[in-house]
Amino acid sequence: MSAARPSAARRLLRAYPTLLRIGFAEAVAYRAEFLVWMLATTMPLVMLAIMTAMAREAPVGRYDARGFVAYYLVTLIVRQMTGAWVAWEMNREIKEGTLALRLLRPIHPLASYSADALAAMPMRALIALPIAIVVLAVTASKDLTHDPVNVVIFIVSLFGAWLLNFSVSALIGTLGLYLESSLQIWEVWFGCFMLLSGYLFPLSLFPAWLEKAARALPFAYLQAFPVETLTGVRDRHHAIQGLCMQLGWAGVGWLALLFLWYRGLKRFAAYGG
Amino acid sequence: MSAQIEVDKLVKEYRVHERGAGVWASVRSLFHRRYRTMRAVDELSFTIAAGERVGFLGPNGAGKTTTLKVLSGLLHPTSGTVRVDGFDPRRREFDFLRRITLVMGQKQQLLWDLPPVDTFAMNRAIYDLPKREFDETVAELVALLELGELVKRPTRQLSLGERMKCELVAALLHRPRVLFLDEPTIGLDVSMQATLRRFVRDYNERFGATVLLTSHYMDDVAALCPRVVVIDHGRLTYDGALGELVRKVRPQKRVLVRLADGKQETHDVPAAELQSTIARLLQRGVADLTVEDPPLEDVMRDLFAGDGGRSGDKGNAA
Repeated sequence: MSAARPSAARRLLRAYPTLLRIGFAEAVAYRAEFLVWMLATTMPLVMLAIMTAMAREAPVGRYDARGFVAYYLVTLIVRQMTGAWVAWEMNREIKEGTLALRLLRPIHPLASYSADALAAMPMRALIALPIAIVVLAVTASKDLTHDPVNVVIFIVSLFGAWLLNFSVSALIGTLGLYLESSLQIWEVWFGCFMLLSGYLFPLSLFPAWLEKAARALPFAYLQAFPVETLTGVRDRHHAIQGLCMQLGWAGVGWLALLFLWYRGLKRFAAYGG
Repeated sequence: MSAQIEVDKLVKEYRVHERGAGVWASVRSLFHRRYRTMRAVDELSFTIAAGERVGFLGPNGAGKTTTLKVLSGLLHPTSGTVRVDGFDPRRREFDFLRRITLVMGQKQQLLWDLPPVDTFAMNRAIYDLPKREFDETVAELVALLELGELVKRPTRQLSLGERMKCELVAALLHRPRVLFLDEPTIGLDVSMQATLRRFVRDYNERFGATVLLTSHYMDDVAALCPRVVVIDHGRLTYDGALGELVRKVRPQKRVLVRLADGKQETHDVPAAELQSTIARLLQRGVADLTVEDPPLEDVMRDLFAGDGGRSGDKGNAA
């Protein structure tokens, strides 16, 4: 190799903007399907309607009606900006053998999957940004943190939640190299996510033992942690602690992903054609 | 000439899950799975020098595609060694992947809803190609394949042949030194097949690239490959010149005659009897007479049906 050859990381950095541009163009090409799919991820709005109705007479736990509005709208923003569904794509490509086409290119397939996932963000922001404006208008920012450090932690936690979400989704997709289909595992994960991440109910409404268990598991760092940081439930100390936990889980997720990926590739049969 | 592709005692086995038909078999397979080890490639050895065009032939399931996938780093060999341009394909190093391409007639890398130019741009980024070199290559390949403005139309709106041409552009943008072509002309009409063959030949001659081609269209092989490697059940059965293979498997020449009365006849005759046969036919009053090798399809049918290839006709087989 010549000395002038740029490192793999530099090549990736140079290629990434083009991958994002192409990924965005693809997301736009499927705009109708994409919009319908995004609207299907609006479960927090359903929960918002139910919980605000319940809190009309008296607060539920620490949340009054306005508190629930802030909680569920921020939950929706976090979900839109951090969700990753790469397991589906990976499963299909492994089954059909088209993963071969990614493996033939001199870029890590996980990097190209991540670009596909991130490229959809601007489209998701189209939904998330108006909601963010509504949150600010409805709550008059009273239910949001006023600590600038916590705001910064919230922004970093969005990236952390995406890293963790992507690593888990890609890990489950990678299990397709070991199993005939790993999508049932994804369904189990998603069920646990709905219950234990704070996506359906704030964790503080759970019995103490369940809340404690949920906060020890990775699910809480996908939703509850960023949401609680922005809505002022967590003070600065707890927010920093949460960020460390979140990044720790993301690290575990990526290590497990890379381990399974490299072992699994040896089993790849590249069926079809 | 030193070998650019070296395959030494390559073995590739798959573990396949087996179950019978019907509901009961499905239920039973839930609790007790039966697996069978299938050997797709069996102690295969051959070498190919830089710049050669080699046809890789064999019946369905012979192990051709599996071998190509091992050579391009997609599959890990069960045992044996493989080197391509000095690299171990399993490691899938950047410099290795920049030197090879694998074109699969049944799989495409083009982005379905975007125009091929977007796939080209993506490959430029991934292969880290300088803009000027990229622009020149695209212009050259697009002109050679007479694609014109087609590359700006969404891929889904292109015909199969147009897509395949664009696929070749995408696969060759980084000017690979080794081309693995797996059924590149499958499903294409005759004139499109001829265009692609001409193009592959031009590319090989211009850049000195090595070509290893599998195809069920014997015209592809006859037009492109002076040398063929034949495998059956994963084992090498012939390695040598195509003409030699034809002579060994079907030593007869085919004589096509149109007699003066308009009647047409075909005679397969041993080379030694060719002259006497022609003389005899000429006495009957011939309007037209052609002598040719038997069709390659027939040669291959004979080779795979009987023991034509396995009974020691191994050419340069190692």
